Amino acid sequence: MIRIGIDVGGTNTDAVAMDTSGVIAGIKASTTQDVMTGVVNALRSILDASGLKPDAIDAVMIGTTHFTNAVVQRRDLAATAAVRLCLPATASLPPMVDWPDDLKAAIGNNAWLAHGGNEFDGRPISLLDEEELRGIAGEIASRGIRTIAITSVFSPVSAELEQRAAAIFEEAIPGVHITLSSEIGRIGLLERENAAIMNACLRELSTHVIDAFRKAIAETGIKGRFYLTQNDGTLMDAAFAEKFPVLTFASGPTNSMRGAAFLSGVKEAIVVDIGGTTSDVGSLHKGFPRQATTAVEIGGVRTNFRMPDVFSIGLGGGSHVVESEAGVQVGPTSVGYRLVKDALIFGGSTLTTSDVVVASGSADLGDRSRVTHLSPAFVGKVREKMQEMLEGCVERSRLSDAPLPVIVVGGGSILVDGPIGDLEVIKPNHYAVANAVGAAIAQVSGEIDRVYVLSQMTRDHALDDAKAQAVDAAIAAGADRETIEIVDVEDVPLAYLPGNATRIRIKAVGELHVG
Amino acid sequence: MSAKGYTLTERDLVPLSIGAAFLGTGGGGNPYLGMLRTREVLRKGGNARILPLDALPDEAWIGAVGGIGAPVVGFEKLAEGGECYRAMRAIEDATGKKMSALIPVEIGGANAMAPIIAAAMAGLPVIDGDGMGRAFPEGQMTTFSIYGGRKEGPSALADDKGNVVVVQHTVDAVWRERLMRNITVSMGAGAGAAGSPMSMEFVRRAAIPSTITQAIDIGQTVLDARAKRQNVVERVVEATGGTLFFAGKITDIQRELTGGFSRGHAVIAGVDQWMGSEGRIAIQNENLVLWIDGTAVVTVPDLIINVELDTGEPLTTEVLPYGQRIAVIGLPAHELLKTPEALKVVGPKAFGYPELSFSPLAFTHEAAA
Repeated sequence: MIRIGIDVGGTNTDAVAMDTSGVIAGIKASTTQDVMTGVVNALRSILDASGLKPDAIDAVMIGTTHFTNAVVQRRDLAATAAVRLCLPATASLPPMVDWPDDLKAAIGNNAWLAHGGNEFDGRPISLLDEEELRGIAGEIASRGIRTIAITSVFSPVSAELEQRAAAIFEEAIPGVHITLSSEIGRIGLLERENAAIMNACLRELSTHVIDAFRKAIAETGIKGRFYLTQNDGTLMDAAFAEKFPVLTFASGPTNSMRGAAFLSGVKEAIVVDIGGTTSDVGSLHKGFPRQATTAVEIGGVRTNFRMPDVFSIGLGGGSHVVESEAGVQVGPTSVGYRLVKDALIFGGSTLTTSDVVVASGSADLGDRSRVTHLSPAFVGKVREKMQEMLEGCVERSRLSDAPLPVIVVGGGSILVDGPIGDLEVIKPNHYAVANAVGAAIAQVSGEIDRVYVLSQMTRDHALDDAKAQAVDAAIAAGADRETIEIVDVEDVPLAYLPGNATRIRIKAVGELHVG
Repeated sequence: MSAKGYTLTERDLVPLSIGAAFLGTGGGGNPYLGMLRTREVLRKGGNARILPLDALPDEAWIGAVGGIGAPVVGFEKLAEGGECYRAMRAIEDATGKKMSALIPVEIGGANAMAPIIAAAMAGLPVIDGDGMGRAFPEGQMTTFSIYGGRKEGPSALADDKGNVVVVQHTVDAVWRERLMRNITVSMGAGAGAAGSPMSMEFVRRAAIPSTITQAIDIGQTVLDARAKRQNVVERVVEATGGTLFFAGKITDIQRELTGGFSRGHAVIAGVDQWMGSEGRIAIQNENLVLWIDGTAVVTVPDLIINVELDTGEPLTTEVLPYGQRIAVIGLPAHELLKTPEALKVVGPKAFGYPELSFSPLAFTHEAAA
């Protein structure tokens, strides 16, 4: 099976072509304002570099930070309605209560609480009031809002009320985009609602972006299937991704860590992904990123997505280097994508980390004659400072005193030369495009999260039932049955409830099935 | 009103929530939602005045209120907002006594904020103290109950829908707890609860003093250490007079549900100076016992606190994951929890460890005590 993995970052669009034995070729191109041109350029370059014909490509996997960046930068977000089915419960904390004001303003702070919702055991909190919902639909329509996030209390246990409300809104406002919280998140009302609202505000952008990706692929003559990568390192097909853009959040760090594991063949390691402005550090266990355990914030909003536990520091290939009385300062500001114009070695006038590394002789990049004026003592001090920053963040990600190797990937990898602290450093082949490799090798998953009442069945029976459902979900998402593994089992008894209720979350993951 | 005490501001709320989670010893629920609710109440003009134990006269009536229910349900079915307030008013009606102030039942976890919200709605102050100095799983495990004798006056429960139930009389605290839990489950596993008015004279004797301020101070220490990039665990241990007992990585976590409680244990492989040692923590909602290499070193009612090793963020037992790096801190419980009558209710034997006798921790320096 031949696949192309693409990583669309804020600065670069990287691509790799892979077959079952590994990487055929990898390239870096610039990200363009209109996204599509950059993807077309990257696809053409990778076909060129690999010598593959467009019709030989079975699948294209794209990892993108586009949607994360839209939220972080508060741009291209649609006016969004948040409707919660709950009354009289939950009134103490309205939707978006813990959002930053600027993000709330960017999507209009349009929220309604309505009757509905379920108790933990499925009883209604109050009955759905269709008249009330039609009234809300009228207000939404009159404000010109075209996308709605619907969140019902305990919808991960029973999604029926969200679906009924969706039908009412769809009838009242033809063509409106609906996001149901039960399709996105887990138990935990505010975090799930936050994710649903963020998804809803990205729905117009996602239609546009996925269409651009689709056209870019068509334009290069590739007929293979097209997927986007999710935060857990697995794939979703384009039609699904268009409906759930929020699931692409944080797929970048996941892809680079998975790519690092694949390229190095090492499954227990610390990964340092050095870009132009920051270094992201996380740890690999069995080839997968270790997950964050606390709530993850995106653009200042709490979500309950499973995301890799990544620690970022302001050290990259374009970081500013400044010497003052206080000593040498490296980052956190950076020339970013202007590195190829602004750095000394490229004829610019800004001193960057890349300049210092070239001056030290450990990398060959740009015009070395432009940095010969830097004194060896100064170069030594800067390198020492960079080493100190790297050691600090690697140490933070270390789970034990066991001497794990450090895999260094990303465009800024030239900053590392030799071991970090007492840890061996691996720079695998194609390190600069590890992100795209991670996208290309992404798997397919299925997940189940529900409450079982153990007075009606044994715990083992409940676990088996949940596993079977997760496997079915993975197959429905395109996984090859033979390769499916259960990768995550979480079984949390619900305290103080009768009947021994327990909440079971299971994730099954398998290789993409190619028929 | 007395000139004593202080007015809680929005700035105090994040520190209070961190400190409350710390004192929750793994249980009591996550105070994040309570923090947000209090913030909403303050932003809408609510006033939260915190008074020391000596501010009000002996004959003033004080109400203990708190949320009751399953913590997991609380994350999903958020409060309507007036539950504790309505329960408190129902008790006033049932007893004919008007409250002069409210007090937390339990400073540990989500319940630290409940009386602050209800008091702001009622225009009452909050007494700086509580009935546990930490978190415990059951209502009779409070100093108010332990030192209040067997006379259990009425208690009230109010749900999110407007239902209010007054439990007029129970023969003892265990019966009250049983009835209240059952009513709460019918109400959807989340309700506000209020106990009978207590005289200020009694509260002065029975409450664990200054725990709201203590929680805010702990939270401020954590935030300050983080901002200065200092070792958070060291700073907190120093500020509280506690002891760092163990640091390590969770290698096994087992949970089971018996008798309506989340019980289980966590196994921790030591790092740093504990490399090669194994820690084990028994859990019943809260952390009950810490063993190191088979020897029990801290037992309930002393506080066993798990925090994230790097950030000092307190971890509730519900979110303790495999692989998490944690520091385990021990903190001496208040003297009121260590008397023979208190240990009968909150000692290791009361939690099903007949083989363990309680040997109290000492503060590591006098300033903290």
